[in-house]
Amino acid sequence: MSTTDDATTTSGTGGAGDRATGRLTPVLAILRRDLFVTWRELPSFLAQVLLQPVFLLFVFGQVLGSLGFLADGYAQLLFPGIVALTAFLTSLQNTALPLVIDFSFSKEIEDRLLAPTPTTAVALEKMVFATLRAVVASAAMFPLGVWILGEIPWRTEGLGWVVLLVVLGALTGSAAGLTLGTLVPPSKINIVFALVLTPLLFTGASQYPWASLDVLRWFQVVTAVNPLTYVSEGLRGTLVPGTPHIPVWLCALVLVGFLALLTATGIRGFLRRALD
Amino acid sequence: MPAATVGQMTSAPPTDRDAGARRPDGGPPAVEVVDLVKRYPKASSNAVDGISFAVRRGEVFGLLGPNGAGKTTTVGVLTTRVRATSGRAVVAGADVAADPSAARARLAVVPQRTNLDQSLTARQNLLFHAAYHGVGKAERTRRADELLDRFGLAERADAKVDKVSGGQAQRLMIARALMHDPQVLFLDEPSTGLDPQARLFVWDRVRELRDRGTTVVLTTHDMDEAEELADRVGIVDHGKVLALDTPAALVARHSGGGSIEVVLTPGEGDDGDLAGRVRRALDAVRGVTGTDEMPADAPSVRVRASVDGDPASSLAPVAEAVDSTGAVVTDVRLGRPDLEDVFISLTGRELR
Repeated sequence: MSTTDDATTTSGTGGAGDRATGRLTPVLAILRRDLFVTWRELPSFLAQVLLQPVFLLFVFGQVLGSLGFLADGYAQLLFPGIVALTAFLTSLQNTALPLVIDFSFSKEIEDRLLAPTPTTAVALEKMVFATLRAVVASAAMFPLGVWILGEIPWRTEGLGWVVLLVVLGALTGSAAGLTLGTLVPPSKINIVFALVLTPLLFTGASQYPWASLDVLRWFQVVTAVNPLTYVSEGLRGTLVPGTPHIPVWLCALVLVGFLALLTATGIRGFLRRALD
Repeated sequence: MPAATVGQMTSAPPTDRDAGARRPDGGPPAVEVVDLVKRYPKASSNAVDGISFAVRRGEVFGLLGPNGAGKTTTVGVLTTRVRATSGRAVVAGADVAADPSAARARLAVVPQRTNLDQSLTARQNLLFHAAYHGVGKAERTRRADELLDRFGLAERADAKVDKVSGGQAQRLMIARALMHDPQVLFLDEPSTGLDPQARLFVWDRVRELRDRGTTVVLTTHDMDEAEELADRVGIVDHGKVLALDTPAALVARHSGGGSIEVVLTPGEGDDGDLAGRVRRALDAVRGVTGTDEMPADAPSVRVRASVDGDPASSLAPVAEAVDSTGAVVTDVRLGRPDLEDVFISLTGRELR
């Protein structure tokens, strides 16, 4: 290869790289702003996202177990479900609520919508940011789990699946949040949250293995449409493989499907709110 | 005539604005709107109904119109927040529909309602805005310091923005808009809700921007503001541009004459309906083309008579007619025709 060719190739690649970086600059700056604000409010952020899973784990895993109401080993089945719930619901709430406030009251998002970047990129940033928060919250559940339960199920060889499922679960939750936060009119957000969050919380196979619902067929069908079920089942299958579970690869596949669908509806909703 | 003060509601000499409008046209327009139409779903009529205009580089252009006239929607299209149904809009060479990102890089918006980032301080609002626009770290720090200073916000730089006053928030939003050095600045009702000092301050900054070559498009329904700031004004109503020219040219073309406004208090033994009697007396005066009762503090009444030609030449017969009603005149104002007269004559009187 001649020197000239080398030079052309190098400069060409560099130019494309610069352009890509240039296009990403606004979105990265918006993400940096979100992280900056979160970092400053880290204790209140962690308290806000961890209180619910910690109480669930404490009451269902520790208290009921100590009182002898639960079969041995239940806490070990519960833990992966609570991690899944933390990943999914944290990112859902951290997208939906700020969006409702941004679009209807504070209008803060207007300045970011005027950044020189496609509007879709601003929506995706919301998802990435909520996912980061949810991943941090889920990771925090592991030491908290050890502290509350004494021991937690763990298989180091399953680490790759755990990371993948937590990230997929968080992304899917953020996409669901994007859909919810942009489709629901601001005046109805309270009622919608009450009507959506509680069912999501209890139909996600977090507190029970899905396969065991054979005895309650209709409920098993209902839980199958909740994306959280696949995060719970996948994590349980990875960490407690002895329990009957939906195959882990299938969980990941279904989550990818939910993610694609909810991202599409979420971005459509976001564009509808951002542009008249 | 009893103690009367005679003031004149004349506007500033129009020569400055004429000079501004005649400024040599440097290349393509800063903003170009061609046959723009915006129809909202389920609406019975078009919010914007075929608007066309062009704003020259370095010009202050005013879009004047009653509420709901279509000016905010037009600016929404120009600032990439509203998708046009048809037509074309170009800002600083970028087509807002085809390349919104490029348009956003070259324009800035100061909204009417505050949309500052409440989680950040004043300075951080400026710094992050510049970062969104890819301004380098050293440069954005320098610009933030300079703009905070120029907008009298240096002392509030590190205050959370929910702690600043309305006027300071408005100034901060203008400063923020200037952080990425836009070619075209859109100001939506810039002085609504500001106290007179803040208003004059904002006006000075706008003039400064024009002097630096930034194009400014402002929407307003404040006639003083339009007359004071704009090189040219487009009067918009029902989604159409009704007239477009320098304020002076608009006034000369669309306004028939001046006005005389008198403030009266009832004389002793007055038997009511003073305004009605004064209006009837004035209607009979030669040269008076119409009368209106204006708001006044009771028991005073304020009557405005529209007159043909120069109001000064009708002053004597008007004073005589008022005197005949037995009322006591406490104030007289001669109104040369202004933009408000043009506005009312073009858009009508009914409330929106």
